[in-house]
Amino acid sequence: MNGLPGTSAIQARDLCKAYAGMEAVRGVSFDVAPGEVVGFLGPNGAGKTTTVRMISCFLPPTSGTATVYGVDVRTSPREVKRMLGVCPQEDYLDPDFDVLKNLLAYGRYFGIPGREIRERAERLLDFVQLADRKKSGVQELSGGMKRRLVLARALLNEPRILILDEPTTGLDPQARHAIWTRVRSLRATGVTVLLTTHYMEEAAQLCDRVVVIDNGKILMQGAPADLVRREVGSTVVEAWNFDRAFADFLGALPGRLEEVGDRLYYYPGAEDHVERLLDERFPHQERLIRRATLEDVFLKLTGRALRD
Amino acid sequence: MRATLRNLSLRSLRVWQRDADVYFTTWKTEFLPPLLEPILYVLAFGLGLGQLIRHVEYGGRTLGYLEFMAPGIVAVAIMFWAFFESTFSSYVRMYYQKTFDAILATPLLVEDVILGELLWATSKSVIAATIMLGVLTALGLVAWPTGLWVVPIAFFGGLLFSAIGLLFTSMVKTISQFNVPMFTIIMPMFTFGGTFFPIDILPRWALTVAWCLPLTHVAFLTRSAILGFASPHLWVSAVYVVAASLVLAAWALARMKRRLVP
Repeated sequence: MNGLPGTSAIQARDLCKAYAGMEAVRGVSFDVAPGEVVGFLGPNGAGKTTTVRMISCFLPPTSGTATVYGVDVRTSPREVKRMLGVCPQEDYLDPDFDVLKNLLAYGRYFGIPGREIRERAERLLDFVQLADRKKSGVQELSGGMKRRLVLARALLNEPRILILDEPTTGLDPQARHAIWTRVRSLRATGVTVLLTTHYMEEAAQLCDRVVVIDNGKILMQGAPADLVRREVGSTVVEAWNFDRAFADFLGALPGRLEEVGDRLYYYPGAEDHVERLLDERFPHQERLIRRATLEDVFLKLTGRALRD
Repeated sequence: MRATLRNLSLRSLRVWQRDADVYFTTWKTEFLPPLLEPILYVLAFGLGLGQLIRHVEYGGRTLGYLEFMAPGIVAVAIMFWAFFESTFSSYVRMYYQKTFDAILATPLLVEDVILGELLWATSKSVIAATIMLGVLTALGLVAWPTGLWVVPIAFFGGLLFSAIGLLFTSMVKTISQFNVPMFTIIMPMFTFGGTFFPIDILPRWALTVAWCLPLTHVAFLTRSAILGFASPHLWVSAVYVVAASLVLAAWALARMKRRLVP
């Protein structure tokens, strides 16, 4: 079945996982096509990482099935893992080894011959701009360097699917963009990518399709721009220091109004003349009219309550 | 259990190799303890305690105290090296360094990782026992070629004690909880396992208890090999050690798998 045209890169059906006394994932089904970049979006504890860990054979599903290029994760984990490159949320770099040795030791687990590992390691260290840090200890690396090394490590077995679990959490903007640039260049070579994130910008920048997940279930999926248009429309009005009259005025207009603390969010839905209308009626009201983003979709679907 | 055993493979040697790589990059400091330990014991017991206890009756022969005691420290080393490696060191790799998680993203299965850890802890016993055998040979305390039996004894003894260690690694919630097996199992064996005095001088009940302890059998085998003593009871101890090591290793595998795969 391997690699037949029309085969999904990843196919999940009714995946469930219950552990530690709770249902982390409750019936998740999705497909990832070869070459596609799919992002799992969800608040902390939504079930993103648990789902990804079932696909990458870390956790056995409680029920449901998942296949990677047609190979069952349950019955053939070795074969599945050979096709995957995994960047886990925590780095798991080997602190007992230097940068180069981290890659050399990792390559052995895949049974790649020694000379081949060395060639690939050199090439990948160039790719992630760590060629001059070969002999550095892992502890000497910055957070961004560690993530780049983890990315290089995940690419060592030339995976058909790259799995990135919150690849840029905790990184500064430079380091984050460095990761994004590399993921985009991998996408251009046809690698399939499954990533989880709670950064909307990351999802919008990288993903062909996002899957919004919360409480262990998929709420919605689609191309980022389509989701925004469908769920929120094109513009959002944010206002502060407002009085009741202003709030009531917006409430009477078509669209959706949300009051959060001292801030008012108005989603007009279809394109209209809200800006001119507000200029005429409330010229002195403090407000901002901006383009709707994936974050607006996310908050609409998953709510504003804190998760942890 | 059957699935666990079926998943065992030679890939576990990759995990063994990882631990060995770390060990041999710092071999100069790693070799130091097994080199110095016997010398220290020989000095302390030879110059000190040996003056008080001139002779020990053992196996129908009269031995110098040092001659009697030296094989005991090899047996103790077999126990300590395997136990420490499979508890504190394995726990650090599992819990703090997340080394197992990194390996599990590759074609290796959790069974490979656990078996690799067991084999590596076993290897530490074999390495330590072999180095000590060399030192004791240089001091003229080993009968050859029977002394060579120490190597297979260290293998099965090491496997036995690493399995015990890994069983506790599968249970503890914090690293300090290793104090419990340390002082309820390991230290009693260290003191009562036939290492520093011949156990047949113990009262009957204590003797029975002593013969239940794995270290007593490992020490008996080690001492017989190093002194070149033959005895029909050797078979009993050999069967005990080999059987216990295999059964405990299988049990440790199953328990660790439960811990690592929720």
